[in-house]
Amino acid sequence: MKKSKRLAVIDVDKCVGCLSCVFACTRRYSIPGLTKSAIEIKSAGGIERGFVVVVCRACPDPPCAKVCPTNALVKRQGGGVILNQNKCIGCGLCVDACPIGAVFWDDELNKPVICIHCGYCVDFCPHGVLALEEVEIT
Amino acid sequence: MTITDNLLFRVLYIDLNKFKYWVESKPELFEEYIGGTGVAIRLLTEECPKNADPLGPENVIVFAIGPLTVVYPLASKTVALFKSPLTGNLGESHAGGRSAMAIRMAGYGAIVIKGASEVPIILDIRRDKVEFHDASALWGMHSTYTVGRIVREKFGIPGFRTIMRIGRAGEKLIRYASVVTETYRHFGRLGLGAVLGSKKIKAIIITGKRNINIANPKEYRELYAEIYNAAVKSPVMKKYHDLGTPANVIPLNEIKALPTRNLTSSYFEGAETISGEYLAEHFLGRRVACAHCPVGCIHLAALREPYEDEPYFYKTKMISYDYELIYSLGSMLGISNSQGLLKLIDEIETEGLDAMSTGVVLAWATEAYHKGLISENETMGLKLTWGDYKTYIKAIKYLIRQPNEFYKTLALGSEAAAKKYGGLDFALSFGGNEMPGYHTGPAAHIGHLLGSRHSHLDMGGYSLDQKLLKTGEQLPPEEIAKRLLSEEEWRQILSSLVVCFFARGIYTPEITAKTLKTLGYNLTEEDLKEIGRKIHREKYKFKIREGFDPHKLRIPERIFETPTSHGKIDKKMFLEIVEHILKLINI
Repeated sequence: MKKSKRLAVIDVDKCVGCLSCVFACTRRYSIPGLTKSAIEIKSAGGIERGFVVVVCRACPDPPCAKVCPTNALVKRQGGGVILNQNKCIGCGLCVDACPIGAVFWDDELNKPVICIHCGYCVDFCPHGVLALEEVEIT
Repeated sequence: MTITDNLLFRVLYIDLNKFKYWVESKPELFEEYIGGTGVAIRLLTEECPKNADPLGPENVIVFAIGPLTVVYPLASKTVALFKSPLTGNLGESHAGGRSAMAIRMAGYGAIVIKGASEVPIILDIRRDKVEFHDASALWGMHSTYTVGRIVREKFGIPGFRTIMRIGRAGEKLIRYASVVTETYRHFGRLGLGAVLGSKKIKAIIITGKRNINIANPKEYRELYAEIYNAAVKSPVMKKYHDLGTPANVIPLNEIKALPTRNLTSSYFEGAETISGEYLAEHFLGRRVACAHCPVGCIHLAALREPYEDEPYFYKTKMISYDYELIYSLGSMLGISNSQGLLKLIDEIETEGLDAMSTGVVLAWATEAYHKGLISENETMGLKLTWGDYKTYIKAIKYLIRQPNEFYKTLALGSEAAAKKYGGLDFALSFGGNEMPGYHTGPAAHIGHLLGSRHSHLDMGGYSLDQKLLKTGEQLPPEEIAKRLLSEEEWRQILSSLVVCFFARGIYTPEITAKTLKTLGYNLTEEDLKEIGRKIHREKYKFKIREGFDPHKLRIPERIFETPTSHGKIDKKMFLEIVEHILKLINI
């Protein structure tokens, strides 16, 4: 059986909203900041209600790929999509298509930011909210 | 020196007299003074005219962040400088939440607000524009929670913004009104809320999203990981994550350093039920963090309350508690009822008051009432009694409404109230600012007296007292003076970067110099210390310019009467340390 990995939100109630994961995501490129981040932490309607982790859940049949007019987004083994920057025209249809809001936007490149399920953010989650899970490829 | 992030130099000016704004780039300012408090004291000195009325349009508010903001963990604080309506000189207050991240991501190093609006407004700040929205509908609104929610639903990008707002305390110009940010975090001290209120600013929202250029990417990633790991593995950080700052209640009480009932005692027999351990066990509902701080020291209590008139009707509120609030609204008022304490904290949060000043003001009022300096004529029928939180909640409601001369005077602070009604010896404020919760020994109170913002955080005297208590070491006054001042000077660097003081063990001079190098700063540890000294002197110059006279300091007699951890403070030695510090400051 072939295996792949996907980023999983193990326990959102342990999230303290420190955003370490969000900063880690852009830092993959050795850049401090937010524009390359494919993960976001929002309050669940005020901090008193806790937090929401918005990140690609690696759907097996991703709607973002279905609406891409140039096939810049192709299905990834193990769920989610892979972005071909060169084919992407920056139309933004993928952003609207994702019902959980996990397709982010890079204003500098005018292209989407797509989670590649690398797990770099997991190493910087201090409270075990995130994990990299093994998934079987069917 | 080639500092890599050009947007750090951008200073946003907002003039409310004309509803105009502009941006000026000031690279030299950030090279010379780093950021945060260093840059802010320069901007305040330039922009705020001498003898400005702190509540007049001529007062200026400066918000500043630093080069480490967003770049490294625990650089999570914003510094606000202004002329304080409570002390009449330098006002400095720090807050976390998401404020620092939002300012840096909006592409500013500092924001200067001058003038005053005639109508209530919301400032909506972004990288390329500032919008002024009418806030008439929010003015006078009962709760800062509600104001936060309304602003949150209407403005900014979720997740990457800060929402600062004032409550009715700020609108009513109570001299120790706070600014609430992101709910549960505050620019608490020295009356920034009143300054915003005087400018009719109900709320400020700041949003942005961008990248920062750095000098050496590889080195940056490695250094980041080193600091991050040090933070998540450090025992100090664990302490603040587990129980939060209230972990200090029991230890401070045990060494007889917990100011109780207006410091008539330094030991509170009821401390157990307001301790960090007790509150965590019975109420802790959630822990949260400031942006870019893996620690998460913010502790929220879930308080479930029944409605007395209707069965099976409950409300559950999340209430943020910290050591200083437990001291000022708990032990200082003789309150050991944990639910009562939480309700009192919630009242303070709702109205937008500084918890420390409010507690100490009420403690003074209680003692003045017991001593017959004030009566029920003044309190409007309230029998102020230690431990009676219900009456204190009523007193806060009067403080906001200000229905008579007494409550109008209380709104000016404990010193102003004591000057009018008597009881100066037990009005526990220093330079006009109500004392924090450390009766650890002489060093703590010297920090309150001579610290540039009259806060325990200035010189860290509470920490020196406790260290000496542990080692049994006796230091001559001159040595105590030296240590306190050099700590205060170094803390100017920490609050110019701007890192949280909880991380001071991690951001040593060596690590700090390294982090700055990845951003293009070329400063040695010695350079940093020299800049810290310079910033401190600039602050003292501003204080003195605005009437602070270090040779005419009022010291509340009470601190010499009640034994500290080190026994009673020897007044002669205390004054010697003061003299040494003033000589070292040499202004």
